[in-house]
Amino acid sequence: MPARDPLPARLLRVEGLPITAVLLILVALFMLIAPEVFLSYRIYMSFLANVPPLLVLAAGLTLLIAAGEIDLSFPSIVALSGWVLAYCIHDLEAPWLGLILALAAGTFVGWLNGVLVAHVGIPSIIATLATQFLWGGLTTVFSKGLSYSLGDIDELFVWDLFVGRIGPLPVQCLWSLGLTVCLWFVLNRRRFGEHLLFIGDNAKVAEIVGVNTRREKTRAFALMGCLAAFASVLLTLENKNFFNTQGGGYLLEVMAAVFIGGTSVFGGKASLVGTVAGSFIIVMVEAGIVATGLQGFWVRAVVGVVFLAAVVGHLLIQGSEHGKTRLRLLRGRFGLNQGERT
Amino acid sequence: MPHSLSAAPVRDPETFHHIVRLERVDMTFGHVQALSQIDFEVGRNEIVGLIGDNGAGKSTLIKIISGVLRPTAGTVWVRDKRVDPSSYSVRRAHDLRIETVHQSQSLGEKQPLWRNLFVGRQIVGRFGFIDVKQEKAIADQLLRQAIGFRGHGITSESTVADLSGGERQGVAIARAMHFRADLIVLDEPTTALAVSEVRKVLAFIEGVKTGGRACIYIEHNLAHVHEVADRLVILDRGRVIRDIKKGEMSLAELTNQMVALHDGHADARA
Repeated sequence: MPARDPLPARLLRVEGLPITAVLLILVALFMLIAPEVFLSYRIYMSFLANVPPLLVLAAGLTLLIAAGEIDLSFPSIVALSGWVLAYCIHDLEAPWLGLILALAAGTFVGWLNGVLVAHVGIPSIIATLATQFLWGGLTTVFSKGLSYSLGDIDELFVWDLFVGRIGPLPVQCLWSLGLTVCLWFVLNRRRFGEHLLFIGDNAKVAEIVGVNTRREKTRAFALMGCLAAFASVLLTLENKNFFNTQGGGYLLEVMAAVFIGGTSVFGGKASLVGTVAGSFIIVMVEAGIVATGLQGFWVRAVVGVVFLAAVVGHLLIQGSEHGKTRLRLLRGRFGLNQGERT
Repeated sequence: MPHSLSAAPVRDPETFHHIVRLERVDMTFGHVQALSQIDFEVGRNEIVGLIGDNGAGKSTLIKIISGVLRPTAGTVWVRDKRVDPSSYSVRRAHDLRIETVHQSQSLGEKQPLWRNLFVGRQIVGRFGFIDVKQEKAIADQLLRQAIGFRGHGITSESTVADLSGGERQGVAIARAMHFRADLIVLDEPTTALAVSEVRKVLAFIEGVKTGGRACIYIEHNLAHVHEVADRLVILDRGRVIRDIKKGEMSLAELTNQMVALHDGHADARA
């Protein structure tokens, strides 16, 4: 057996550990700068109420990016499914029907994205850019540009089930974290997830080893649509409000959360643990900066700094892995690897 | 053990004449006719060497047999049974115990070796979850016996990007060996290997035969293929032009024939 690597090298390979450390350092930093806010539990309950829609979207997008694809249409799914739900609650007084139809609408839109990409052959960045306009536009048409106020929605069981509170704890955080754990197993322990990783790695290789790339891609897009719809349900219920541009602000934040988490933009490599940390970092920097007394104007700039630092960090970690490999091959060439395998 | 270098006997003695047979197979890509009217068969206990110049259609032919490509016309028979072209795929070929070591890259670079060895044929538990522990254990065992590995530091968790060309070839061969095919298709398996490792591959191919199984062997090195093949099929510009039994032609004659073919093309182009 080869000698074990030193502890730091092994720690760097634990999924999402470096970026989780960054998250904890940021928390510690904010505790130092704004102790009155960050030493009280309330701010964390606020995070746990606001992160879930972002996290659900980012987790779904992580799988798609792992397969080397992208979805730009999810903000419009958040709008469309939110409208479906709001309409059913507001006009039909049928919240459960609304929930089912909202999820079905999202899944359908996602599936359609999948067909356009995998079967028609349009690159996903273009196909989903187009469907983002299409479904966002149609949502505005359906809602006639109006917002729906859902003031007394918290009397409904649906509300309690998805965004109620257990003590101070917002239930949606359990839903979103539970869902992310499920997706982790889907990505890392199911055939479907492994196929996505191979497709993202090299689609030709995936074909050669017998992966039905079209079917798996279509499924991945449909899954993303369904998750976007669920994120929309959490958002609409929590806000007790629907407006037809809801979701628009998520596009870049969700992508940032995924890439801060260490998922490769080139596909074939993804970290859902990193995505969770990335999602919390995005939301926390925003709240933290306001709480520390800096002007809100600074939020995006600081997110940018954290984003860049994270990406450079991931590169350095990967670089050290590659450096090790090169060294190994070089040593092998000169016969310096001690002891032959038997 | 199911993954030693020597091959075990066939378990179920089925009665068929040809493990695979192609009849009047055509393959066109756009306007390019890669294969035309190919008749080709492999007996149940036969090593067939497939030779020809670059672009003769060798890789296209074996991609049809391994289910990667669907022929434009013609019929494919496996164990004397006609296969339905619409349902024939890599997966179906695996089910029919046809394994292929492709010339082109067939490993996911960023994936660990254990995933590469089992992708498409994962070991799953009762609830459909991949049994990572078992896959890793088998992968580690395979790596210890694999061709092309020198030195230390490679485990089932290493990624393919960590491997040298010979090691990658070794993993692809180990994968084909592990799944115990009745027909093993090797597309230039020795290209990236050192001389001593080439001997191992040739020994493996001969082991396939003594195990009562069949092999299609594509090779540029005529000496290697002449040594192990029972029969040589020469492809030229998408057609089968010669079918030579072992002993009918010496290595020198074969070499002359291939050189003549090559020069013929050069003359035609000139």
